[in-house]
Amino acid sequence: MAKELLSGNEAIARGAWEAGVTFAAAYPGTPSTEILENIIRYKDDIYSQWGTNEKTAMEEALGASFTGARALVTMKHVGLNVAADPLFSASYIGATGALVIVSADDPGMHSSQNEQDNRHYAVAAKMPVLEPSDSQEAKDMVLEAVKISEAYDTPVMIRMTTRTSHSRSAVELGERHVPPVPEYKSDFLKRNLLPGNARKRHAAVEERLKKLAVFSDSFAYNTMIKGRERVGVLASGVSYQYGREVFPDAWFLKLAMPYPFPIKLFQRFASMVDKIYVLEENDPIIETFARLAAPQKEIVGKDVFPLLGELSQDVVRASLGLKDMAPRHSADGVPGRPPSLCAGCPHTAFFYNLGILKVQSKGDIGCYTLGALRPLSAMDTCVDMGASITVQLGIEKALEKAGKTTKQVAVIGDSTFFHSGITGLIDVIYNQGKSTIVILDNSITAMTGHQENPGSGRTLMGQPVRQIDIVKLVRDGLGLEHTYEVDGYEVKAIRELLKREMAREEPSVIVVRRPCVLLYRKAKWSPMVVDKSTCTSCKTCLRLGCPAISTDVDGKSLINVSLCTGCGVCAQVCPYKAISYADEKGMHIGSMTLESFAKGGGK
Amino acid sequence: MTTKSILICGVGGQGILTASDLLSDVLLQAGYQVKKSEVHGMSQRGGDVISTVRYGDQVFSPLPALKETDYILAFEKLEALRNINYLGEKGIVLVNDFEWQPLTVAAGYEKYPADVVPRLKKLAGELVLIPATRLAAELGNDKASNVVLIGLLASRMDIDEKVWLEVVRRKVPPRFLDLNLKAFDAGYRFKAGA
Repeated sequence: MAKELLSGNEAIARGAWEAGVTFAAAYPGTPSTEILENIIRYKDDIYSQWGTNEKTAMEEALGASFTGARALVTMKHVGLNVAADPLFSASYIGATGALVIVSADDPGMHSSQNEQDNRHYAVAAKMPVLEPSDSQEAKDMVLEAVKISEAYDTPVMIRMTTRTSHSRSAVELGERHVPPVPEYKSDFLKRNLLPGNARKRHAAVEERLKKLAVFSDSFAYNTMIKGRERVGVLASGVSYQYGREVFPDAWFLKLAMPYPFPIKLFQRFASMVDKIYVLEENDPIIETFARLAAPQKEIVGKDVFPLLGELSQDVVRASLGLKDMAPRHSADGVPGRPPSLCAGCPHTAFFYNLGILKVQSKGDIGCYTLGALRPLSAMDTCVDMGASITVQLGIEKALEKAGKTTKQVAVIGDSTFFHSGITGLIDVIYNQGKSTIVILDNSITAMTGHQENPGSGRTLMGQPVRQIDIVKLVRDGLGLEHTYEVDGYEVKAIRELLKREMAREEPSVIVVRRPCVLLYRKAKWSPMVVDKSTCTSCKTCLRLGCPAISTDVDGKSLINVSLCTGCGVCAQVCPYKAISYADEKGMHIGSMTLESFAKGGGK
Repeated sequence: MTTKSILICGVGGQGILTASDLLSDVLLQAGYQVKKSEVHGMSQRGGDVISTVRYGDQVFSPLPALKETDYILAFEKLEALRNINYLGEKGIVLVNDFEWQPLTVAAGYEKYPADVVPRLKKLAGELVLIPATRLAAELGNDKASNVVLIGLLASRMDIDEKVWLEVVRRKVPPRFLDLNLKAFDAGYRFKAGA
């Protein structure tokens, strides 16, 4: 059989195809995004779409399952918080066609605001969870999840982590099998969760869990491996791989299905060994079940291994005192290299202006969260998707009640606004807030790598569609009179608008528009250049935090022509007019109007 | 054989993930079990990026161990130093002789250390500096520096050159193939100090 190196996310997509999935939905979020991006390879066989948020995606997948179709929905761990409402209902309803929910957790918080362990959700919602330890298992688990889902009338969760999603290993490719989709049948007793129906469904869920616990004991992927010593390692996910490196002679019980916990299988395993190490990332979930199942056994778990961050063979060894982690060489004086807004980013001028106006914005989740970092340093809160607008309203109302005033600006991106900013804005209008809300509209979900959203004019499957215009939505739809639009490269215009709207005793929305600079990559633009005889080394341009601008050996500013996009923002902020286009007659990115860009169809 | 580890590091946008994909494919063709790891997300915005590749008869963890890594392939000097503690006793360090100021340096908050190379030299079993960015630029596009570096790595590994070239031919789009074959060659035949 053909073998290919696949990332865990590619393997999930492949598994969905082989398992006969015909519907897939998601909202992008690291480390889950590439699953749907790879599903579109199979677009003749699988209909796929970006939901506006994780909740809509989950409900759409549930609807697809009602028809008997096999459905997949994917999201990052915190996305499942947004989709938690339909998650719990889906558990009561069960699955007609398979319903597979992929949650990609982020231990170590490579790109997230917390490191919650979503296996808790499976326990709380009383549904099975599968946890692959490499790409082959990631693919296999989708096929198994589909079988379990349909056999036990339950949604099935697959818990990925950053490491399983973003590591590559060999996968055996198989064929696709699709069952015929039956005629749509109504099922009032199961799918209408009126209390009278839901009470009966709860009883069914409890019965289902008992059957799944028996199944877990015999599930072929819950694997016991014979050892040479009376030491055992109980592990799930990628932690199993770390365990194999550290304990070459131990017995292993690898749990591909951590919940329901296979009690009998575990007890058999426990009888072979005198001591058990439990390896799992984040919370002690299988450890807790293990302690209950074998209370007399010596078990080493989160009392020794860390709750925080990712595990690795190094972390496991160091926790047990088996490895000296002292560095061979001190990292003193090695400057950090934090991520930053790109050269030519249409968000930069806005954050620069906040700095000039000495305003700390209430922020949100997207590329623009980087506006919090030096030298822009213009965002002092970032809570969760959509929280910029609502947190600000709470601050404003509480300060108002205390008789204090403060200048408040909330900042949110287009995709995040569609995701869960709209409801917050309605709160502001309804409750007569006075804040200024800035929507940074770059027409794409940029941070996760350019996924389409309702403002992009294109779907995941490449279908051109009407763009939802945020200015019209707010001004005409919500009736907010003070709704304004400004070009992201117009430094002064943004500042004047901000000053005027912040002073207003009414709510207002400023839409700072310009497509993400990375969408313009194909064209050759004239870069900017510094005139050394005029530059006074005042470093004003360096306050933009543009990666294309650095300091030359003579202390004057230097622009890297291969990074510079020629947005011209630095030329606008230079007090000495020392920066200009290298090629005055060349193509200037800033002169391309938003309309001409939109007509060109974006990328 | 025991599992070997290669760590590739640099700055987001330098083609690190493309290079580690190519390397993983070569190792798979050479008959090894391979695992590769990378971190996406925030690191794509000009931050530091690491991708690691492990290979052998049977590979468990996709991550290299501290002080046990066999090769460090650095696309930027400072990034070699940042990751040097992964290097094992006789480890080989291959570094692009190229400085890219982090924003923290450009904005004047921190200084780019002047002693990167001597510090690397102290720890490396073998240290090779190669002007990969310049060599690639001379061939027509500095973006091919990643393949120059892969070529240099290939010259230090025990895998037939034909396997590398076959994978380059298969993975690189036709219009960039000639450039990338030359880039590979420039790295493969690079003589340190020459």
